Order: sequence, then structure tokens, then C-alpha cells
Amino acid sequence: MTGEPRLRMEGIVKRFAGARALDGVDFELRAGEIHALVGENGAGKSTLVKIMTGAYHRDAGAMWLDAEPVHFDTPADAQAAGIVAVHQEIQLLRYRTVAENIHLGREPRRWGVIDWTRMRRDTELLLSGLGLEIDPDATLGVLSTAQQQMVAIARGLSIGATVLILDEPTSSLAEREVAILYDLMRRLRAGGTALVYISHRFDELYAVCDRVTVLRDGVRVATASLSELDRPDLVCLMLGKSRDALRQGTTAFLTPPDADGRAPAAPLLRAERLQRGQKLRSVSLEVRTGEIVGLAGLLGSGRTETARALSGVDPADTGAVYLRERRLDPRTPDQAIEAGIAFLSEDRKAEGIIPELSVRENLTLAALPTSTRFGIVSRARQVAIVDRFMARLGIKATGPDQKIRELSGGNQQKVLLARLLCTSPALLILDEPTRGIDIGAKAEIQTLIDELAGSGLGVLMISSELEELVEGSSRVVVLRDGRDVASLAHADLSEDAIIHAMAEGSALAPLPPSAA
Amino acid sequence: MMRGRTSLDPTRVALGALILLVLVNAWSTPNFATTSNLWNVLLQVSTVALVAIGMTLVVSTGGIDLSVGSVMAVGGAIGAILIPHGVVVAVAAALAGAVAIGLLNGLLVARMGVQPIVVTLATLIGGRGLAQVLSHDGQLVTIQHPGFELLGRGHLGPFPAPVVIMVLVTAVAMFTLRATAFGRYALASGGNAVAARLAGVPVALTVLTVYAGSAGLAGLAGLIEASRLGASDAAKIGMNMELDAIAATVVGGTALTGGRATIVGTVIGALIMQVIATSLNMLLVSYAWSLALKAAIILVAVYFQRPRLV
Repeated sequence: MTGEPRLRMEGIVKRFAGARALDGVDFELRAGEIHALVGENGAGKSTLVKIMTGAYHRDAGAMWLDAEPVHFDTPADAQAAGIVAVHQEIQLLRYRTVAENIHLGREPRRWGVIDWTRMRRDTELLLSGLGLEIDPDATLGVLSTAQQQMVAIARGLSIGATVLILDEPTSSLAEREVAILYDLMRRLRAGGTALVYISHRFDELYAVCDRVTVLRDGVRVATASLSELDRPDLVCLMLGKSRDALRQGTTAFLTPPDADGRAPAAPLLRAERLQRGQKLRSVSLEVRTGEIVGLAGLLGSGRTETARALSGVDPADTGAVYLRERRLDPRTPDQAIEAGIAFLSEDRKAEGIIPELSVRENLTLAALPTSTRFGIVSRARQVAIVDRFMARLGIKATGPDQKIRELSGGNQQKVLLARLLCTSPALLILDEPTRGIDIGAKAEIQTLIDELAGSGLGVLMISSELEELVEGSSRVVVLRDGRDVASLAHADLSEDAIIHAMAEGSALAPLPPSAA
Repeated sequence: MMRGRTSLDPTRVALGALILLVLVNAWSTPNFATTSNLWNVLLQVSTVALVAIGMTLVVSTGGIDLSVGSVMAVGGAIGAILIPHGVVVAVAAALAGAVAIGLLNGLLVARMGVQPIVVTLATLIGGRGLAQVLSHDGQLVTIQHPGFELLGRGHLGPFPAPVVIMVLVTAVAMFTLRATAFGRYALASGGNAVAARLAGVPVALTVLTVYAGSAGLAGLAGLIEASRLGASDAAKIGMNMELDAIAATVVGGTALTGGRATIVGTVIGALIMQVIATSLNMLLVSYAWSLALKAAIILVAVYFQRPRLV
């Protein structure tokens, strides 16, 4: 596996509107290796790949391909040089055949007209050479996702790819299909191709990759051989935690009220073996009144899918949901809202705010059925509700009629929270409630969540920030690859424990008394 | 980062343009500023305004309804055929038929997720055909019924009946959009359908209702036209009406992308179009020029509605 460096990047800088997406990143890819590229959201992985493939121009730094300095103006340049990326979303033509897709842009011609016979023959040779049994004349859209991905890879190879970048290739694949993909990848590696593999799934990284580069906040944190790095270490590198460091409280959460020693409160929500598609495999969890249950896990572990299944947005295929011990199984958002489950999406721009409407209209949207009489909105009641919530949550706006898109992220989030609270929920499901919000508003929202739990609401909170989970939750459920793998009670709760569960998939054993 | 332009409210611009047009015409077009002419303008605009109001509600949800012209023809045709059974039966059946087409549009858009432009294009074509079939293969069906005549040619005091209907419908539509939950749902569905659904808004039902409403208003407009003509002309009634309705909606300040709508603006937009048509007619300018002027106004209106950078 010690091949020549095929691709080398040094000091790569990329800025977007003043922020540095990549801040001096080095990257080295050898021939005949499968190199994993990992990092959380916003770490810079896709930016780095886009610079590799010529989709972005670097602001600073240098790049060498086979020891020759290169600069790509367009993806076509990179492809001509042999660098091909296969994306998560299939970027091919669904309505054309496999042969047409593979030869797109390079169709063999005879006397000015496309030579279909040669195209089919070349495709057959290519596919069988890769060990793929796919009909060249099949329409691409009819094939399974795995097969479509194989075709994308085959296309890349037929262009002459010596560097193949695979971005989350297995996110929609079943296990059997993943095995087929790995087989192909190993064969390519044996033939000298250099592969970059981006994924969040640790099992896969350890199964098929040789080395790993970790990015965090636009910086390369480490490059190591996967045989020398154990999983918890890898997670620590990705999240920027040290295995031994203790953390002081950095969030506004107070100690949860029912931490140990008190009688458990009444059960509010119980989910059993929720399953939906490939991303949510089997999740069971419980929330009691007055509890804040944290939901932890790496990207792709199924947290958002769980939340959306519980709130009727993307209902589960199998599994059961009980609210106060009565079977519920919400199939639409309004069913869930009516039952008392309120959901805050992680993407407030796409799924939260109605941008053209005012603060008042956004705030009262979910409560319209209860604040109208014969379908006519009671203006007086609306004004009262809005005034009350704007004061209580400290929503800063020029007035209730200001357009919501003009508010800061933190204030928008408060409006959305107020919208949920207007429906008098019993259970709040919050997906990354403090993401992308300034520190002041963050603290205010954390305090608010605390108060709500204190007043009897149950809260299920997804957060990627371990401090939030450790300090705010009575309990943390850790998900991995679509399954719940650990439930950490408050006494056992620490960032280290969560990291360990995310990596290994089980709770830490209690430390022996003589631990250093 | 570019700063946003200070926003000129498109409806105010439209109102200003209308006032300007009226004043210019009052000064330069002979006989324009007479009461009989002003009533004439209002009378002519009433059917367009009705259809445009329906269109505005559909557009507020981010959709479009190209079938309104054909639905007008269907309404007129059903009315003409059933007139022997009395005005009430004829009008009720015509409106029911129109609403049925609207429900078909709404179901295809809301439940089956077909694009509105495709759905309503199909009903545009099919509806025109249906109207002609109902009228014995497209013949002119004359209507002799004193009761029915009132719809298009009657008066309430000095006000022509169609104008009264237009004012009533405008008032109801304004009220619906501003003060009812349904109006909020329509704007939310057009502004951000995903967020609306997550907030528990009945998006599908709302969308279904706006298409039914648009078709209902078109059916009413078709009946008024048939009443004024004294006949149902299935081949001609409502021809190109969808374009006038969309033009009125756009000029008045409603966003075609949905989420922002103004009924008053639409009526102003319809009036602008009508004033231009009437005055050019009175000045004996050829029809082609009035079309060119309409096109220019639409482009200017859309220019003012360019998305502002936040």
C-alpha cells in the first residue's frame, strides 16, 4: 500500500464571503490506496473535493498530480487529467441507457453519426472487465441505486480515471449491494487506482480503507493509517475532544431536576423499534414528563429520521409509538400536533419559516385552528398570543408585523419555538435547536428549554454539541447507523462516554477505581 | 454583499399608474371622462376581474390555472342548455360544473403532485372541447330568458349587475385572504409548503379549494358573458382570458411564485388593462398596439417585482 503519491495538495485555502471553508489544508493521496476523508458537517470535506475536481478554484495553495503542478479551471479539465468524482446523488441521465450514459460526451462516431454498435460493444467490454453484470441497453433509471452507482464508477473509469472520489456511496445501498461495491473498490485498488472515500459509517471505513484524513473546521487535524487508530480516537479527532480532558460547564443548562434519587416521572413517549427505509433501522426510546432526553450520534446515524418519524413528518414503516401509554403512530404532522407532539426542524430556512409572512403570522400559524371562530381569525386573540410570546422569549423585532426573514437566526428560532408552544404540546422534539445561532440567543434558548421541562413538558433534543447534551439532558440515547446502541443515565453521562458509545456502539463500563 | 433596493410596493406603483392613465386619457381622449364611458369600463372589466381574483388565489399557493377561459365557456354552455328549466337550476348547474372541473384540477395538483401548469393546460384543452360538445358541436346557443338577462344586463340602481357582483366578490376575497385561517393557509402553502405542512397546515385541502374557487369564479364569469351576449358561444367565450387574468395578477403585485398576494392589486391591474384597451379603441388605434402596450406594462410590473436581496 505504499504507492507513489498520485495527488498532492498543499496549503489549500478557500474562502466564502469572508469565512474560511479551508484554512491551509494539506492532502496526499497515493496510488493503490483507499483513503478515507472524514469530518463533521462544515468541516470542509466537500469543499476540498470540489477543488480536487475543478468545481471550485482554490484561493491559495498548490496541487500536484503525479508530481506535475496542476490547476483545473473546470471539472472537464480535472476529468481530462483523470480525476473523477462519483456523488451521493446520481448525476447521470435517468432516461438514457447505460451505454449512452457511459459514453456521454464522448460518443464513438462513424462518418459523423453515432456508432451505436461500437458503443454497445465498448460498454460490454468495460462492464465485464469490472465484473459487473449490467445490460448496456438498460435504461439507467430502471436499475437499482447500487447498479446506477456502478455505472457512474464505470463511466469514470472509462474516461481514464486514476483518481476516483466516492462521496457517501453507500448511503442508499443495502448491505448486499455494499459488498458488491467494496469488491469493485478493492479490485480497482489492486490495479493501482487511488480512491478517496467519504463516509460517516465507521464500520465501512475500517472495513475497506487504508488511511484516513480528518478535517475539522477547515483544517486538517490528522492523517493516519486506520490500523493504528482506534474508533474512539477517531471520533475524538473529528469532534475535537481530548480523551482525558474534563470540561467545565459551557452551556446555559442547569442540572436536570430529576437527576438520580427521585422517583421516575410518568412515562410520556415510548417508541419501539422504529424503522423507515435504510436510514432508520431500529430505534427504541422513552421520554418521561419533565425529562430532557438527548439524542446523540454522528451524522447519518438516524437522529433526524427518528425525530421525523415520531412527529409524523416521515412516518415509520414499522414500529410503534405510544403517547402516555396509548398507541399513536402519527402519520401526518397535524396528527402529531393534535396529539401534543411538537417538532422543530433542524433547517429553519427550508422547513421552518414562511419567509414572506410576518413574525405574527409565522408565530400563530400552527395555532390557527384554535384561534379562529368559524374560520375567521380572531385578531384580538392573535395579538394577545404574539405579545405574550414575544415578551416571554425575548424576540427582538421592530414589531410583530416585521417580515420574519429580516430577523436574525436566533430570533427566527425563537419565533418557531413560540409557534410550537402555541399548540400546547406535551412533548417537544427539537432537532439542533441552537445550531447556527449567536451565543447570547443560544443561552436564552437553552434556558427556555430548561424552564419548559421544569414546567412538565417532555423534551427530546438532538444536538451535535456534546456539552449541550451532557449538561442539559437527564439521559442521552446514542444512535449509530440507524439503531439505538446506548442509553446513558445522568450518573454515567460524560462526553467521553457519548463518544465511546458513538464509536463502539455500547456504553462504557464504569471506570475501575484506580483509573488515572 | 449587495444592499437591497428600497422596496417600492408594486401595488402602489400599479395604483399610481392607473391614476396616471385615467388622467391622461381624461385630458387627451375625447369622451373618455363621461359617466357612461366610465360605467362602460367598469362593466367590461368585471368579468376579467372575477377570473383574475380566482387566479390570484391560485397563484398565492404557488400554482397557476390556465383553464379559466375554457371553464367560462363550459359555464356558459351549461347555463344555456338548462335555461328552459329556470334560471336557478341553470345557474346552479353551471357553477357546479365549473367547480367540478376545478376540483379535478385541484386533485391532480394536490394529491397526485402533477405540476399545475400541466394539469390546467390539459383542462384548458379538454374544457374547450367539452363546452363545444355541450353546445351541439359548437353552435351558438341563444338564450331568451328575462330572468337570466338580469345577470349580464340588469342594473341595481345606477350600477350594472356585473359591477355589483365584482365589488361583492372583491370584498369577500379580500376578507378571506386577510382575515380567515384559510387565507393564511393559502399564503403559507405558497410561501413554504414544507414548513406549512410541518406546522400542521392542511396544504392539500387548501390547494384543492383554491382551484375549485378559481373555476367557480370562472364559471360565474362565463354565465355573465353569456347573459350579456344573449347567447353561449362555446368557441369564443373566455378565449385567452387566462392571459388577461395572469397579466392583471402580475401587474397588481401578486408574486407568481406564491406566498404574497393582493386582491386589490389584481383589480387595479385588471382596470389598467381595460383602460388601455378602451382608450386605444376610442382613439381608433389598431388592436395590435394595445397588445403591445399591455405587454410593455407587464414587463415593467415584473421588473418592479424582482426579488430583493436580503
